[in-house]
Amino acid sequence: MFDIIFYLFAFITIGSALIVVTARNIIYSAFSLMLTLFGVSGIYALLGADFLAVVQIMVYVGGILVLILFGVMLTNKITNVEIKSGNRNIAVSLISVSVLSAILFSVLLGTNWKETNSQIPETTLFGIGELLITKYVLVFELLGILLLIALIGAATIARKEE
Amino acid sequence: MYEYLVNILFSVTGNQFLAQASVMILIAALPLFVVILPYALAAVLAERKVSAFMQDRIGPNRTGYRGLFQTLADILKLIQKEDIINSEADKKLFNISPLLVFAGSYAAFAAIPFSGMFIGTNAEVGIFFILAISSLVVAGILMGGWASNNKYSLLGAMRSAAQIISYEIPTALVILSIVMLTGTLSLNTISELQTAYFWNWNIFGGAAEGFKQFILIPFMIAGFIILYISTLAEVNRVPFDIPEAESELVSGFHTEYSGMKFAMFFLAEYANMFAVSAIIATVFFGGYQSPFGYLGNTLNFPLLIPFEQFFWFMIKGLFFVFVQMWLRWTLPRLRVDQLMTVCWKYLIPYAFINLIIIGIISLL
Repeated sequence: MFDIIFYLFAFITIGSALIVVTARNIIYSAFSLMLTLFGVSGIYALLGADFLAVVQIMVYVGGILVLILFGVMLTNKITNVEIKSGNRNIAVSLISVSVLSAILFSVLLGTNWKETNSQIPETTLFGIGELLITKYVLVFELLGILLLIALIGAATIARKEE
Repeated sequence: MYEYLVNILFSVTGNQFLAQASVMILIAALPLFVVILPYALAAVLAERKVSAFMQDRIGPNRTGYRGLFQTLADILKLIQKEDIINSEADKKLFNISPLLVFAGSYAAFAAIPFSGMFIGTNAEVGIFFILAISSLVVAGILMGGWASNNKYSLLGAMRSAAQIISYEIPTALVILSIVMLTGTLSLNTISELQTAYFWNWNIFGGAAEGFKQFILIPFMIAGFIILYISTLAEVNRVPFDIPEAESELVSGFHTEYSGMKFAMFFLAEYANMFAVSAIIATVFFGGYQSPFGYLGNTLNFPLLIPFEQFFWFMIKGLFFVFVQMWLRWTLPRLRVDQLMTVCWKYLIPYAFINLIIIGIISLL
């Protein structure tokens, strides 16, 4: 059962990722990216990382993807500039991609993976919450301040003309 | 319920995989056929009747007894209609968009507890999942608005997306305050905590004891009002129906849609209305819990309890849907700038203050 669902999600992820890079129309790329992110989130959920799966949807689909869509739509139609994604420099990209995948594969095969027979936890929610507020509290707070600075900075830049 | 059904099917078919798969499909489809479709049929008629009575009209009264079958007739008409796609539209995205919008609003029903026995998933992330999955609706609306290749559609989609994203913040803040108080994200657990009598509902201070409960009441009511306003905006209902303001944008992002695709958008809108009402009922009004205890307990017949819970849940949810309709035919529409002012200058600060105060009280 889980195998079938896993392959379904894997197929969705990889298939839509292929469309993201090959589609001529940038809007298609953006919407396929949504499917890719959903597939990844589904795989997270299958692995028992329920909180991470939902955060993936919340941050990437709800935040970043909608931002991309806004950007693409506002520039594509209104200014009449045709935004197309092409594939130039095929040789260079082929070399870099093959080198990168060779490195990844060698790491994948060469690593001595730890195997444990632990049960997938019911929920990771409480564990994450506890760690965030005890062990990683400083990092957590720093990230909060960083995001606040980014927010204030964005607001200041947007109001500059006044 | 899941294991029980799987066991039955397993003993019938003798195939574990088949049993699991078919039960999963059955459970995934159950809310649609048991709740959403009958509800949407009734709600569309109710909307027209409510509007008619508020405007001193009679409303649909020709089809069946007092117009009871009006919605069915409308659906038959929509099925027969020609599927029109304008020649400049992006056909692929144009066709996917209604599915995406409906899938987004339907996915939320996975985590809504209709009764103690009838819940799609009891995953601990419940309400957080609902908040996250509603972004699918935003993407679907943007897709439809863009693919229609119509400036009204695009404007409507933009407004709608901006509105849903903005109003997600006060919604999330109010829900966060309840999550802080109850210590769980699961809607089922939140409902279970508000058991027994109606003074244990969160709106009356939740299951906290004595003194604390009394201080919480005003802030809970404030939270409820903020949540109600912001969810109203999230489902694009009047007074926040700027995305489909008829007088400015024809009908917003679904201007170009006809036939069953239009019906999908319509169904999604009504499903969304019920979903947010159900969330409000669960978070503040005890979810599926009865206000006075159960008949099944009195009669010593525990099998009755899930049905009673389902009944109370639907009553509460439908009441808030009715209030949405009531507001729709009472209030005028906001302007775009007023809409953003309401959200960013009033609701979000108030929701923040409310969150902090509830946090302090729960620490007392």
